[in-house]
Amino acid sequence: MDDLLSEFLTETSENLAVLDVELVKLEQNPNDMELLGNIFRLVHTVKGTCGFLGLPRLESVAHAGENILGKLRDGELVASPEAITAVLECLDRIRSIMGDLEANGSEPEGDDSALIQRLNLIAEGGAAPVASAAPSAPKSQPKAETVATKSGKTPSIYDQIGGMGTIDAVVEVLFSRVMGDLRLKHFFEGVNMDRLQGRMREYLAMVCGGPNAFGKVDLKCPHAAAVGKGMDDSHFDAFAGHMQAALNALEVPAHLAAMIMAIVYASRDEIMGRAEAGSSPTNAAAHAAAEPSAVEAAAAPEAEPAPAPSKAAAAAVMAAAAPAKSEVSEAKDSAVANQSIRVNVELLENLMTMVSELVLTRNQVLQILRKQKDSEFAGPLQRLNHVTSELQEGVMKTRMQPIGNAWSKLPRLVRDLSHELKKKIELVMIGQDTELDRQVLEMIKDPLTHMVRNSADHGLEGPEDRRRAGKPETGKVTLNAYHEGGHIIIEISDDGRGLAIDRIKAKILQNGLASESELEQMSEQQIQQYVFKAGFSTAAKVTSVSGRGVGMDVVKTNIEKIGGTVEMRSTAGRGTTFIIKIPLTLAIVSALIVECAGERFAIPQISVVELVRATTNGELKVERIKDTPVLRLRNRLLPLVSLRKLLRLDTNEVKSEDDTFIVVTQVGTYSFGIMVDRVFDTEEIVVKPVAPILRDIEMFSGNTILGDGSVIMILDPNGIASHSGQTGVAENSGADTMATKSRGHSDEKVPLLLFRAGGGAPKAVPLALVARLEEIERKSIETSNGRWVVQYRGQLMPLIHMDPSQEMAAEGQRQPVLVFQDDEHSMGLMVDQIVDIVEARLNVELGAELPGRIGSAVVAGQATEIIDTGYYLRQAYADWFGSHDRDQTGKLHKRLLLVDDSAFFRNLLAPQLSAAGFEVTAVDSPDRALMLCEAGEEFDIIVSDIEMPGMSGFEFCEMVKRSGRWHNVPIVALSSHASPHNLEKGRSVGFDDYVAKYDRDGLVHTLNSTLSEMRGAA
Amino acid sequence: MSSTTTLTEGATTIGSEDHRDYVTMSIGSQMFGIPVLNVQDVLGSQQITRVPLAPPEVAGSLNLRGRIVTAIDVRLRLGMPKKEDGKPPMSVVVEYEGELYSLLVDSVGEVLSLNMKDYQRNPPTLNARLREFSDGIYRLNGALLVVLSVGSLLNFGGHKDVA
Repeated sequence: MDDLLSEFLTETSENLAVLDVELVKLEQNPNDMELLGNIFRLVHTVKGTCGFLGLPRLESVAHAGENILGKLRDGELVASPEAITAVLECLDRIRSIMGDLEANGSEPEGDDSALIQRLNLIAEGGAAPVASAAPSAPKSQPKAETVATKSGKTPSIYDQIGGMGTIDAVVEVLFSRVMGDLRLKHFFEGVNMDRLQGRMREYLAMVCGGPNAFGKVDLKCPHAAAVGKGMDDSHFDAFAGHMQAALNALEVPAHLAAMIMAIVYASRDEIMGRAEAGSSPTNAAAHAAAEPSAVEAAAAPEAEPAPAPSKAAAAAVMAAAAPAKSEVSEAKDSAVANQSIRVNVELLENLMTMVSELVLTRNQVLQILRKQKDSEFAGPLQRLNHVTSELQEGVMKTRMQPIGNAWSKLPRLVRDLSHELKKKIELVMIGQDTELDRQVLEMIKDPLTHMVRNSADHGLEGPEDRRRAGKPETGKVTLNAYHEGGHIIIEISDDGRGLAIDRIKAKILQNGLASESELEQMSEQQIQQYVFKAGFSTAAKVTSVSGRGVGMDVVKTNIEKIGGTVEMRSTAGRGTTFIIKIPLTLAIVSALIVECAGERFAIPQISVVELVRATTNGELKVERIKDTPVLRLRNRLLPLVSLRKLLRLDTNEVKSEDDTFIVVTQVGTYSFGIMVDRVFDTEEIVVKPVAPILRDIEMFSGNTILGDGSVIMILDPNGIASHSGQTGVAENSGADTMATKSRGHSDEKVPLLLFRAGGGAPKAVPLALVARLEEIERKSIETSNGRWVVQYRGQLMPLIHMDPSQEMAAEGQRQPVLVFQDDEHSMGLMVDQIVDIVEARLNVELGAELPGRIGSAVVAGQATEIIDTGYYLRQAYADWFGSHDRDQTGKLHKRLLLVDDSAFFRNLLAPQLSAAGFEVTAVDSPDRALMLCEAGEEFDIIVSDIEMPGMSGFEFCEMVKRSGRWHNVPIVALSSHASPHNLEKGRSVGFDDYVAKYDRDGLVHTLNSTLSEMRGAA
Repeated sequence: MSSTTTLTEGATTIGSEDHRDYVTMSIGSQMFGIPVLNVQDVLGSQQITRVPLAPPEVAGSLNLRGRIVTAIDVRLRLGMPKKEDGKPPMSVVVEYEGELYSLLVDSVGEVLSLNMKDYQRNPPTLNARLREFSDGIYRLNGALLVVLSVGSLLNFGGHKDVA
């Protein structure tokens, strides 16, 4: 393809993209003249370029669109949705023609007359007041017309271009352009534009051989001021450029335009005030009038010249106008455009690959250097090192683009959707400037578009439904992008109806994806995840927009392909939020190099939290619960994964894993430790995909070449996590963060410690509540005060038996004990046997009949009793629940309201909080809490969950803070999602603090400090 | 490798129409050939990184001038016993579906130009496993050269179904 054409295609598609956005904006603010001017200019540029390149079809379509825009700009038409739709349609046609043009190098055959007619009709629709719209030419115009009709003897340029009407329009366009040109604008400031334009018109009419009715026009007059301000030849050229553009804009046949331009140039000196008496405009006019007849004879022009001569003429004009033209476009965006150049993406990609290789080579060289002391290369290599790093950074930057680029099509999309679906939709975009790698951007463009479409189509209800549901008629789709620790997070949320669980269920059954009994077992969130399955659409009917059932699975696959995750949260009636998390760049990552069984592996640094060393007799050691190794790290149990076992390395060499390095890794909110033999340093690596044969090994995310030239596999923490019991995206519970989803019925898995005690069903307790597991020598257990105690870490620790009636088991030397602990006290719960650690959903199905049990749940396929730690804590320590005594003795009496929809957590937290000295009232919903408020209850502090069905914690907080008697009561949010983002949101609605669930110490601490702050303030 | 030398003597008409060029290699006593245009490189012994959990035929990955090449143990792929003599294997690097693979064989011989008239389809008596990966054989002076099909050798998907 010809360079000019390909450049035109690139530029035009860019312009079209901008136009889409601008037009939608215009529809919202129809009176924004600046915007309108901008749009007009863009369409005009498109049209003008088409004209230059001899693309009649494109030009005519663009022209029709421009017509409407011109009318809009002149206020003759209102920017109604119909008008905008028509213009958008026109742009679409341009786009489709361009597509063919790109493919075949020529315009496709086709008829646009219907479209053009429609466009013209719309333009006409508002064209009635056209006459009154030309007040700028009050006298001359009618006169000109009458005269023009009279002077029909010799077809002068004047007649050929269409008389005064055209000249009038040319002048309009000319001056609108000139006034938009920063270089020229100031010359005309303070000049009476109407008069200036009038004179210009007359001048043009005259030099074109129009009726002499206007007499001799002195151009010096209006221009004198401009020349006085220092207007010189270059400005004149720019002015002439605008003139040329104006002529093009109005489709003045090219050969005529060329002639007019020639005349204009001829009169330059005169205009510039250097006029000799001889070269008066009349002379020029005569000169020009003589010329056209000669040209005419050859060209035999009609109103619309045949393409061939026009092309030839255009070429000629091009040559003349080229400098002026380029200046024009330069002027338009001089400040910005001059600073940037357009570079082929392929070139950038190649550059990136080269830099990656350079980085590798540099690493290699540095490695060699490290082995050689006092090398004379040290200095230069150090510099090479720095330069390479900077180069790498620089090249990376060239690939970074604001995410807004991927969003630019969305306003148009949403607008079209809202018309098509008869919904009112508002698209809110936050964080457009967030930058990410171009490659990543390309990959998420389509998934994003799809998801926004989904949200608008399925998510949002029609205005009727919304009104009935008590929501504003206009539905909102919000896009929010922000950086979070080497990742970019994109949230797509709507405030629509949310996912209809029933419909998903029906669809699951219909598609045979799960049986009814399986569905019974599933939590709401688990069921929701089915929308990510292939062929799944819950839209009742297939619209042209979506609902065909291809989609969410593709979205998920695409995002996972680039190492990202998609999460979905949906609340019926309140809307759905998709959270996409993707890495900033795919090219170079920092990785930790570890060794296991003689093999080296890379672990992406981003998921590594810390490194610890466990030894057999040190502070930290690997312990085993049945066969599961765990590590006690800062009073928390961290599940461990043996890389040796996981990758089946050297099974014959039995090496003790008690003396090992542990890479503490975090995936989502799930933390675990990877046991490795050695840890080397970190290295920058270029991730390369593994060979197709190896692609189904999910432990590896890729491979790379290290500095020493050897190939190394890159471990995929996601894959390892899912292999070690954690699967999928939504099940992110964490022992380390002590965070778990609020609801007992959520599908987030919680690590549970399974044990047997006192016969009956196995028992379970959330692992996070257990501080340590101990085996105590039976003979060290003593009896004191009728209770069992043991000397433990220099203190007496009471031991409680699960089953009080049971005697101390006689057999065995050691007694397994679960240790619970808070700041001051430890207590041990004696059990018969520690069975296992499992990941399970805490779905308490049956209420408790026995004291000390929260209820029964299915864990690992077996009915299991979940024990109530609070009960045993109270048994062990008088003052674990002794706070009441303190209260009664006149100490602080802190009344606490706990709002949490999950019975499990209420039961869990209430005893802990009362142990910490609060008088706890627990309710299961914000509504209940508000009822208490109305009933006149008083509290010192409120602890509220965030995610609750019905009213969320955020709304609850807002409500409390806004009004009512409780507005002074501090509220602490309690949630598994203690991300900075949530934190901010929490604070903005009025939460005084934010605590991660399960972080009992943190909670108590926060409560106390919040209370003391309040007291301090009071 | 006396057979190899005699073969080269016979291959006088290199490049003519009824001749095809093959890179020859041997595993144990068996000769194999791969069309010369399929071969990118012939390498001596290389440092190969094991890939845990990979199919047994995958010997690991190696670095060929900045590209990562997957090494395939042709012995195991053909169902032959593991090499015992401890000599390092040689690599024949081929490209298949845009990826580079290194075929590990005992030794690599010369490039031979073989006459098409000596070519025949796999005889039914050929070892079944071998037949799966062979395009045909050449009868040479007192020896058989099995033409390996790079495609089926590296098409692990299909093989997995069989296994």
